[in-house]
Amino acid sequence: MKPAFSVLFLTTLIGAGQGLFLALFTHQSYALFGLLPMQSDAFYGYGSVLALLFLSGGLIASFFHLGRPERAWRSATKWRTSWLSREVIVLPAFMGVVFLYGASHLLAFRPEVVTLPGGLIIDLSAVLGTLGTLLAFALFVCTAMIYACLRFLREWNSPLTVINYILLGGSSGFILAAFYAAQAAPDQADFFAGWAIIITVLAFIGRGASLWRNARIKPKSSMQTAIGIKHPYITQRSMGSMGGSFNTREYFHGKSAAFLRAIKPAFLLLAFVIPLVLLALGLSAPALLGVAFIVQYFGLLAERWFFFAQANHPQNLYYQTIG
Amino acid sequence: MTQLALVIDLNVCVGCHACVTSCKEWNTSGSAGPLCDENPYDLNPTGTFFNRVQTFEIGKYPHSETLHFPKSCLHCEDPPCVPVCPTGASYKREEDGIVLVDYDKCIGCKYCTWACPYGAREFDEKAKVMKKCTLCVDRIYDMSLPERDRKPSCVKACPTSARMFGDIHDPESDVSQAIREDGGYALMPEWGTHPSNHYLPRRKTKLKIHLDELERADNPLKVDGQLPKPGKGESSMEDASAW
Repeated sequence: MKPAFSVLFLTTLIGAGQGLFLALFTHQSYALFGLLPMQSDAFYGYGSVLALLFLSGGLIASFFHLGRPERAWRSATKWRTSWLSREVIVLPAFMGVVFLYGASHLLAFRPEVVTLPGGLIIDLSAVLGTLGTLLAFALFVCTAMIYACLRFLREWNSPLTVINYILLGGSSGFILAAFYAAQAAPDQADFFAGWAIIITVLAFIGRGASLWRNARIKPKSSMQTAIGIKHPYITQRSMGSMGGSFNTREYFHGKSAAFLRAIKPAFLLLAFVIPLVLLALGLSAPALLGVAFIVQYFGLLAERWFFFAQANHPQNLYYQTIG
Repeated sequence: MTQLALVIDLNVCVGCHACVTSCKEWNTSGSAGPLCDENPYDLNPTGTFFNRVQTFEIGKYPHSETLHFPKSCLHCEDPPCVPVCPTGASYKREEDGIVLVDYDKCIGCKYCTWACPYGAREFDEKAKVMKKCTLCVDRIYDMSLPERDRKPSCVKACPTSARMFGDIHDPESDVSQAIREDGGYALMPEWGTHPSNHYLPRRKTKLKIHLDELERADNPLKVDGQLPKPGKGESSMEDASAW
C-alpha cells in the first residue's frame, strides 16, 4: 500500500498523545494508592495540555487525508459497521475527556465523587482519568482495527496489529512523559523511564513477532484465482492503460525493493534500540530522554511507512505490466 | 430479490476496448459530472475509468494463448467495500443489487479501495470522490430510451456480444443460463465476496475425426468386392502418362 503521510502523522501523533495521557494517569493512580508522591495539579494539568497538542496535531493531519474535508462530519454516521467511523467518534471524545481532565487539575476543580471503604477519596479527576484511560485504549483499538479488519491485507489482518498499535503508542507516550517529568518533576522521571523501558521492550517483541509473521505469509490470491484460468504460467501483457491509474498509485509504495529492505533495520534501530539505550542512560542524564523521544518519533514514522509499504494488496495482481 | 450483473464471455472477447471507451463516453457525459482525465494529450495520460481491458499471456511460447480480460466492479453480493465506508456513501441497492457511491456524501478517504480485493474503484482526482461502475444505472431505467437500449453502455458497444447483462437471481434469465450451462465463474472466490459479475471461460472448439470416418465403411463397392481400379497405391495410366 502507498504510505500516506497524513496517516503516518495521524497514527504516530495520536499514539504519543494517548500514551502520554495513560502515563500521566498511571502516575496519578499510583499516587492515589500512596505508592508514589502525589504531584501538583500543574504537573498533570500541563501534561494533559501537551497530550492535547499531540492529539490535535494528529487530528489536523487526518484532514489532509480526505479529498473532501468539508464533509468530514459525515464520517461519524456509520459507526455500526465501520472502524474508521468509530475512530472518528472516539478521537474527539477522548480529546474532550483529556481536556476536562486537564481542566479539572488546572482549575483545581476536583470535587469528591465517592469515598471508598478504606477512606480513599475518588475525586473528579480520577473519574475523568479512568474514563480517559478507557477511551485511550478504545482509540488504539479503533485505529488498529481500521487496518486489522481488512482480511485481504494479510500483513495487517492479525491481532498483532492491535497489540503493536497499543505498545508503540504507549512506548512513545511514556518516553515523552519521562522527558516531561524530567523537566516538571525530576524525581518522578525514573518512574516513567522505567515503564517506558518495559513498554518499549514489549513493543520491540510485538513488532518483531509481526515482522516474523509477515515474512512467512502465503498469499491467498494468485494470478490463477484473479482471472480464473488454471495454468501455471500466466503473464500480464497489458494493464489497460499506459500512463498509470489510481490502481498503480494507491497500492504501491513507489520505492525500490532496496529502499524497503533498508528501512526495516533503520526503524528497528531508531524506534527500539537507540531509544532503549538512551532511556537507560537517561536515568542519569535527563536531557537524553528528549533525544530518545525525538529519535523514536522518526523511528515510528519509518515503522508506520514500512507497515503500509509491506502490505501487499491482492489487486496488485492485476497491475504488473504497463504493456 | 434482483441482482443485476454482467456476464463476460472470455471466449469471444477480442480486446478491442470498445467497452472501455463507450463506458467512459457515457459516464463522463452524465448528470454526475465528468470522469476526470489528467494530461490527456501529454506524456503520461491518466484518468478515471470504470472499466479496463487487460491482456494476459497464458502459457509459454509457442504453446501460449492471449487472453483479453475486461475488468470492472463485480457488484459483489457481499461487498466488502460497503461496511467499511464511514459515511454510508458506498451502498448496495436493495432493489437491484447495484453497488453505488453517493458522490455527494463521499469524503474521499479511499478506505473502500483498501477493502476491495479487485481494485475496482478509482478515485477521481478532480472531483475528489471515489467513483466506480454504476452498471449505467442512469441508463438501464431510462424510460425515454427504447427498451433495447436500456442496457449498460459497455454491453451495447461490444462488437462480439462478449458482454451480457441481466438478473443473475432469475434462473430463466440469459445470464443465469450462461453461467449455469457455460461454466460461468467468479473472480477470487477465496475471499467470500460472492461477485455478481461472472466470466465464461475460454473454450476450444475441436472436431475429432476418426479413421473410419475418412474411409466409408459401408461403401457399396466394398460390399460386392469390386474395388475400384487401380487400387490404392497401384500405378495408374495417369502415373505413366503424366510425365
